[in-house]
Amino acid sequence: MSSTSITEPSAGQKWFAGALVVAYALISILPLVWIIATGFKTPSDAIAYPPKVVFEPTLEGYVNLFTTRTRQPPEVMAANPPETWYDRIVAQYDMTIVGPSRFGERFLNSVVIGFGSTFLSVFLGTFAAYAFSRFRIPAKDDLLFFILSTRMMPPIAVAIPIFLMYRAVGLSDTHAGMILLYTAVNLSLSVWLLKGFIDEIPVEYEEAALIDGYTRFQAFYKVVLPQAATGIASTAIFCLIFAWNEYAFAVLLTSGQAQTAPPFIPTIIGVGGQDWPAVAAGATLFLLPVMVFTILLRKHLLRGITFGAVRK
Amino acid sequence: MAQIRIQNLRKDFGAFTAVRSSSFTIEDGEFFMLLGPSGCGKTTTLRMMAGLELPTSGEIYIDGEEVAQKRASQRDIAFVFQMFALYPHMTVRGNIGYPLRSQGMSRAETGVRVQEVARILGIEAILDKSIGGLSSGDRQRVALGRAIVRRPKAFFMDEPLGALDAEFREHMAEELRALHDRMGATTVYVTHDQLEAMQMGDKIVVMNHGVVEQFGVPQDIYDWPATMFVANFIGSPSMNFLRFDGMVGAGSQSVDLSGVPVEIPLSRDGASGRLVLGVRPEHVRLDDGSRYRALVLATEYLGTTQIVTLSAAHGEIKARLPADRHVGVGETVGLRFDPRTITLFEGERGRALRSAANERSLGHV
Ligand SMILES: Nc1ncnc2c1ncn2[C@@H]1O[C@H](COP(=O)(O)OP(=O)(O)OP(=O)(O)O)[C@@H](O)[C@H]1O
Ligand SMILES: [Mg+2]
Repeated sequence: MSSTSITEPSAGQKWFAGALVVAYALISILPLVWIIATGFKTPSDAIAYPPKVVFEPTLEGYVNLFTTRTRQPPEVMAANPPETWYDRIVAQYDMTIVGPSRFGERFLNSVVIGFGSTFLSVFLGTFAAYAFSRFRIPAKDDLLFFILSTRMMPPIAVAIPIFLMYRAVGLSDTHAGMILLYTAVNLSLSVWLLKGFIDEIPVEYEEAALIDGYTRFQAFYKVVLPQAATGIASTAIFCLIFAWNEYAFAVLLTSGQAQTAPPFIPTIIGVGGQDWPAVAAGATLFLLPVMVFTILLRKHLLRGITFGAVRK
Repeated sequence: MAQIRIQNLRKDFGAFTAVRSSSFTIEDGEFFMLLGPSGCGKTTTLRMMAGLELPTSGEIYIDGEEVAQKRASQRDIAFVFQMFALYPHMTVRGNIGYPLRSQGMSRAETGVRVQEVARILGIEAILDKSIGGLSSGDRQRVALGRAIVRRPKAFFMDEPLGALDAEFREHMAEELRALHDRMGATTVYVTHDQLEAMQMGDKIVVMNHGVVEQFGVPQDIYDWPATMFVANFIGSPSMNFLRFDGMVGAGSQSVDLSGVPVEIPLSRDGASGRLVLGVRPEHVRLDDGSRYRALVLATEYLGTTQIVTLSAAHGEIKARLPADRHVGVGETVGLRFDPRTITLFEGERGRALRSAANERSLGHV
């Protein structure tokens, strides 16, 4: 292939494209790196000016994130020498640990509500999308439009009615309530995305299975689902990211019981001065599940995008 | 092995009728062609026979058993789809064995059957390859393998060669026909390619706009079309139509074509008004003694024959003549039509009039 080929980029073009990608990746990852680094700084390093790039890492932020502490008079400190590594960290500030913070609990709430609503959205969405894709449904297009129209205003616009209704039926500040709410918001997206993916799967696969002796449900389960894996994985990621990061409804509808991490993390600041490392530690841990989830599903995202066996 | 009988089969999609009232019989072991232009209802007919679509009305008998409302899986047939519908995440072996595995056959027995099918199709070497890397010909063979591995009563194929390029199509068509001759299983094959249908089929059903136009062996359909649609659809160049006003009496042996008497096969039907005389290009002869005159417009040389386009009183006429017969453009010549091969159509509905020559062939309709 000659160097003037249209399809094959020249060495210079490749180099330039590579440099652009690297630059973009660096810019995107910088805030993330900064947050992760801040989580391992001391409070004074965290607010040092000029900002410290090289510093001595400490787990202070993480200890503060997970504990509640109280200041003790020097005689109490002297009487109770710190025993563990985390006791020693808080002892530097003449403090002792009096108990766990609520972070673990809030984090767990986020996991339950985030993954619960993601599962429901994808589960219901897959069945609905299959039906929309395969069956003759009266007024199908109108129904699909109605489903999508729930996304045409910001969900928070209906926050007050939902708040009042939830109060009335006892769903405020419950896990079930939040799962229901996030599922409702995500379902339209999920139906639309999945319908697109299922539409792409030629119906002949199921028909071949039907002729080979499967029931409709078996054909769906054994033939359609494996081929829709790509779509299901990406839909699940989108749903999880929304439910995981949702802030406004969480602030409004949850408090003592079902509060998720997003409204909780900012409150860390208020406890004992501006504890930026603890906030950064919380944010870092908060990022992990979505990252892990995305990485786990990544191979599904890439696999099966090209249906080699299908004539288009 | 099965005989399949279709009776008054109809399919409506809402207000649209895709198949109007089809009736035909496929004998045990036949290679049967469903032929017609795009959108005429071939696929719909086949899908109803397979149980993928419920008929609006009518009956389907497989070996005498009425199955029109039965599930696809209860009919014991195999379907080769217009696109191959192979599972991309499985190997060739997995794909071929899939129908057996899904019926709960043991792994060992499935293995034996797959091996046997692979040998029949000559694809033993690619059994462990994944579908993605296969050529379209091999995919076609795998799709066939998946159909024959179950040893069903009948094979239904919807334009199975549509994905292949012209050269390879012909090769695969021969392979398919040879396979059929070895296995002897009833096969229903959908195509819109009249040549394919003529070459491969034991019998052909010609459909148009959801209606069965004719049903019979290829030779009869070619020689004795039941309708002008069939006459026009089959054969290339297609049959010449000479439209004229006149009459033909039952028992008469000639018609009057604007003052020129033309011999025809002994007519059984009588008709008058708008009539059409149909004659295939190879049955048009040049004859200086004939009073039916025409002007040579063009000649097209085809090796052993040539196609001569002529202008006559009843429109354009194409004649297939030996290549060594010299014809000059602009020349006026006399034409004669082989009287044994002429079909008369009534002009309004386009139906062939019965004659001593075609009555046997039209018996089916
Ligand atoms: N599910 C359906 N709903 C509505 N109309 C349909 C449906 N399936 C087929 N049709 C219509 O019925 C007619 C016959 O379709 P069919 O697929 O049987 O044609 P075909 O002869 O197989 O054509 P082709 O050669 O293009 O495959 C077409 O006009 C088609 O648009
Ligand atoms: Mg078709």
